[in-house]
Amino acid sequence: MHPVRKQRLYLVLFLVAFSSIAIGLVVYGLRGNINLFFPPAEVAAGKAPLGQSIRVGGMVVDGSIQRSEHNLEVRFELTDYAATVPVIYEGILPDLFDEGQGAVASGQLNADGVLVASEVLAKHDENYMPPEVAEALERSGASPGGNSK
Amino acid sequence: MWTFFHKLGSPPWLYAISGSILKYLLPATLLALGVGMVWGLLFTPPDFRQGDSYRIIYIHVPAAAVALAGYYVMATAGAISLIWKMKMADIAMQCCAPIGAALTFVALVTGSIWGKPTWGTWWVWDARITSMLILLFLYLGVIALYEAYDNKAAAARACAVLSLVGTVNIPIIYKSVDWWYSLHQPASIKFTGESSIHPSMLYPLLLMIAAFYALFACALLLRMRAEILDRERRTGWVRKLLEADAV
Repeated sequence: MHPVRKQRLYLVLFLVAFSSIAIGLVVYGLRGNINLFFPPAEVAAGKAPLGQSIRVGGMVVDGSIQRSEHNLEVRFELTDYAATVPVIYEGILPDLFDEGQGAVASGQLNADGVLVASEVLAKHDENYMPPEVAEALERSGASPGGNSK
Repeated sequence: MWTFFHKLGSPPWLYAISGSILKYLLPATLLALGVGMVWGLLFTPPDFRQGDSYRIIYIHVPAAAVALAGYYVMATAGAISLIWKMKMADIAMQCCAPIGAALTFVALVTGSIWGKPTWGTWWVWDARITSMLILLFLYLGVIALYEAYDNKAAAARACAVLSLVGTVNIPIIYKSVDWWYSLHQPASIKFTGESSIHPSMLYPLLLMIAAFYALFACALLLRMRAEILDRERRTGWVRKLLEADAV
């Protein structure tokens, strides 16, 4: 290889390496802010700010959904299997919101540690399968949404 | 190996070889796209939770995958253009940008359309979606930067540097769903271990991904050929080509 070209090759490699390190450090420094939501364990540990809008994400606890008979108010609990956060929400839930499925609720924590949510989003996992396969899995005792985060 | 590499720098040779590649690649691409689309949209089972709305995966995932891969093609062409000052590499880099921008845009729009019924929102500032939006701006930035210069050599140098710096974003997009808590789900197709998408849905998806790669190659070659003719319009070989066509 021609020495001039070799020099330019090193320059290109340096450019890519240097910008990777620079942006890597920025992203590392901001890592807490890049997370879309707090897991319930961090809320329980007091890491989530009070009196400020936050998002909490986790799995909806089985059997925890309680709907009001008079209005659209719904209560449920979010868990990451280390801690749970109770949520109150008034409004229409997405179709895929269900017990045992992921959800992200945004709102403020009140004095009792309950998240008063203004928005609830369903979090879909990476499992895709036909209904028959899901039924067969259910019959054999394995959960179809087993390894989701 | 080096002779082949240096031949790539010759416009008439590249024009001729791309013509003979396209003669087979273009029909194969259209066939694969057609078969994959019909298979994916009509002959796959619905998903157990999402029903039919998951079928957007057959456009969304291939577009997003090729948008990421296309960026590496653009950055590699940029590196070659910086090191060897090869005009054909400039053209390749410049032609990648609009195709990549279009694919990124398709991925963002289809994701948004899927997000509304699935998540309950059109848009959320999570790591995957935001980094994908940055990718769109990088592609648009390369296009804008190229147009900002009158001198093509200076434009190519500036664009090459921008596209090389932007490569940092590609692993960030790819790993964003694993590194941070995001609303976007992790990858269903796994290179190691069993994919978490049922084979009956996976095979048409893999076909569509292959078809989109081929579509990218076709679009890139077609654009490059047009650009080569435009830049070389005053040379003898283009005149000869046109005269041969006219007869």
